[in-house]
Amino acid sequence: MSTTETTASGIGPVEGGSVHTVDNPAPYIEAPRKRTGRTPRSTRGNFEMYGWLFMRLSGIVLVVLVIGHLLIQLVLDGGVSKIGFAFVAGRWASPWWQVWDLAMLWLAMLHGCNGLRTVINDYAERANTRLWLKALLYTATVFTILLGTLVIFTFDPNIR
Amino acid sequence: MATPVLEKTEPAGSASAASPYITVTFRIRRFNPEVSAEATWQDFQIEIDPKERVLDGLHKIKWDLDGSLTFRRSCAHGICGSDAMRINGKNRLACKTLIKDINPEKPITIEPIKGLTVLKDLVVDMEPFFQAYRDVMPFLITKDTNEPTRERLQSPEDRERFDDTTKCILCAACTTSCPVFWNDGQYFGPAAIVNAHRFIFDSRDDAAEQRLEILNDKDGVWRCRTTFNCTDACPRGIEVTKAIAEVKRALITRRL
Repeated sequence: MSTTETTASGIGPVEGGSVHTVDNPAPYIEAPRKRTGRTPRSTRGNFEMYGWLFMRLSGIVLVVLVIGHLLIQLVLDGGVSKIGFAFVAGRWASPWWQVWDLAMLWLAMLHGCNGLRTVINDYAERANTRLWLKALLYTATVFTILLGTLVIFTFDPNIR
Repeated sequence: MATPVLEKTEPAGSASAASPYITVTFRIRRFNPEVSAEATWQDFQIEIDPKERVLDGLHKIKWDLDGSLTFRRSCAHGICGSDAMRINGKNRLACKTLIKDINPEKPITIEPIKGLTVLKDLVVDMEPFFQAYRDVMPFLITKDTNEPTRERLQSPEDRERFDDTTKCILCAACTTSCPVFWNDGQYFGPAAIVNAHRFIFDSRDDAAEQRLEILNDKDGVWRCRTTFNCTDACPRGIEVTKAIAEVKRALITRRL
């Protein structure tokens, strides 16, 4: 006891010991995943479940819609060279192709939007980055859907 | 010589002289917050029998070469789940990984499991992991009586329903192999879902609805991207991704 130095904590000197002391404490490591006041609240409701289901169902429908679309546009009847204003006007004269394109537009845009939303949730690390990326995403999605819908419904084949 | 016998081709003298030991390099991710804020790689050369385990190599280093090497291990036989670590880039238990199975020709890299705060060397803060585990209420909840007045009987078929998920040892190998958990750690993670599954599909338990509601959260089962990292990492061979899919299916069939 007399020869061994003891610190306030009762621990003797350690060989190759720490450079940190009571006055110079080791850096405190904040647990990054601690449940704090800034941790998002748990959510009620089935939104995530419906989003998950929508991805599966819209994916199945989109396979049919998109492959059909690509066949008509690029493969059948002379391929891509036939596409022109007249070809589009001819197709949109039929309500069937209007509904087809409208369904494809809405499903593809919402499918892609929800997919990117999950990508942002998975990869953006800061809450602010998430907020702005999602705001940009939603704005672009709403704009594209509205513009596309407007064109499909108000398309005028006799436009000069 | 009709009977197949194991014949010694070498004379007995040279066989005993041939040492089973080989030299293996352990490349360990060292971190000591009291010395440096940076983690560094450190190489150790050890003589080891390739039939021994990675944990034996770590013991050799800690006991004979560098006593400051810090890692967790308790039972050392694959039951307690203390020594999950990232060995050659894959989450494994050091006590269940044989040296000969992970190519001892090259340096064996050993890192702490990812996605949890490293405290020192291979020791991580498991608190967020256990917080997610506690959140799914991993205990029996009964509706009518809480008094253990008699045995709660169960048919073998009912027991078989959740047998796979009872094997979990909470080593965190699955959760810390999950890329969704790596990001912000708010995702419940495979281990918590596996332990919820163990009670959701238990015929004696009455709180399946509450647990499903918890896992229906924004950070619940719907964040699973089915990358199967958890199933690959599980040292007990639990079909983790399948268990998560069964919870998803239970949610969909109950809610719709």
